[in-house]
Amino acid sequence: MHELAVTQNILNICQRHAAQENASQVTDVYLVIGDLSSIIDDSVQFYWDFITKDTICEHSLLHFERIAAKAKCLSCENEFTLKQLMPCPQCHSARFKIITGEEFYVDSIKINKNGENHVQ
Amino acid sequence: MCNSASHTHDHDHDHDHSHVTVVENIMNQNDLLARHNQKLLDASGIFAINIMASPGAGKTSVILKIIEELSDRYKIAVIEGDTAPVTIDADKIVAAGVPATQINTGGNCHLDAHMMMHGLDALDLKGVDLLIVENVGNLVCPAGVALGTHANIVIASIPEGDDKPYKYPNIYRGIDVILMNKIDLLPYVDFDMDYFVTGLEMLNPGLTSFPVSAKTSEGIDAFAGWLEARILEKRAA
Repeated sequence: MHELAVTQNILNICQRHAAQENASQVTDVYLVIGDLSSIIDDSVQFYWDFITKDTICEHSLLHFERIAAKAKCLSCENEFTLKQLMPCPQCHSARFKIITGEEFYVDSIKINKNGENHVQ
Repeated sequence: MCNSASHTHDHDHDHDHSHVTVVENIMNQNDLLARHNQKLLDASGIFAINIMASPGAGKTSVILKIIEELSDRYKIAVIEGDTAPVTIDADKIVAAGVPATQINTGGNCHLDAHMMMHGLDALDLKGVDLLIVENVGNLVCPAGVALGTHANIVIASIPEGDDKPYKYPNIYRGIDVILMNKIDLLPYVDFDMDYFVTGLEMLNPGLTSFPVSAKTSEGIDAFAGWLEARILEKRAA
């Protein structure tokens, strides 16, 4: 259910940018999603196919670029991947800062502008 | 480039493809509305909190205790987020003499800034000092969805277990206060406080925390004191 709200936000963003560009069709949507976000790609795709019906984004493809969650230890400056919540594997300090994995944005869209739809 | 699976056609005709840079956060619209809500709250001199927790952690019970502690000195209002049109929580708040409005999310798993805006519309905010928003009971979805409140608060309850920061990390990040509720049950359940606090420290170092029991009222005065200081700051601003 969380994914439905997220997917609606993605559609709103795409529609707004497509309108600004006078697009007739959006063919591809490129998303950048950090692993710390709690959404499932397949679930977003599932809702996308539903809610884009009869919109400028109908039949468009979603592309997910996933960014790994990485942290930097505040004690020894070691950088490590956060597969789960854990202390620094090098010095066992529990103080670290997240450096990547929080990304959650629409990066770009591919559009057609000529008023013709070319989707099969 | 016309090489995607759903987009194949020949190039004999004249038309225009382009790849347009967007770079817009998926929560952008929500965050704009949240800022709008916060401006409205600031203009009315209201300090607002967003209470998040799993179902059964004691959100409503803690709110009732806060009302007991503070309602003789401050005007309080409550927005209740529920996934179903059941007014059990809102009825309890109204019975305690505090105005409450219910937002039925229609099955949605969290409140968002747009729903919050409607909640604010439904309440008479005149003279209100403290607005308490009770989010939908859920440890996953409300995380990172700004409402425009001034403080995000999680209530973790002892019987839920000490592993919750490890299993639901996102809800603990970016919050301002944590309440550990039902501490009166500590002697009866296997809850390793050190393990819980270590997890919290990794996610949110130095987080302000209050051990409380809504049942025995233990620790409620300390949290009420924290709220009172924020209310007075807001008034002075």
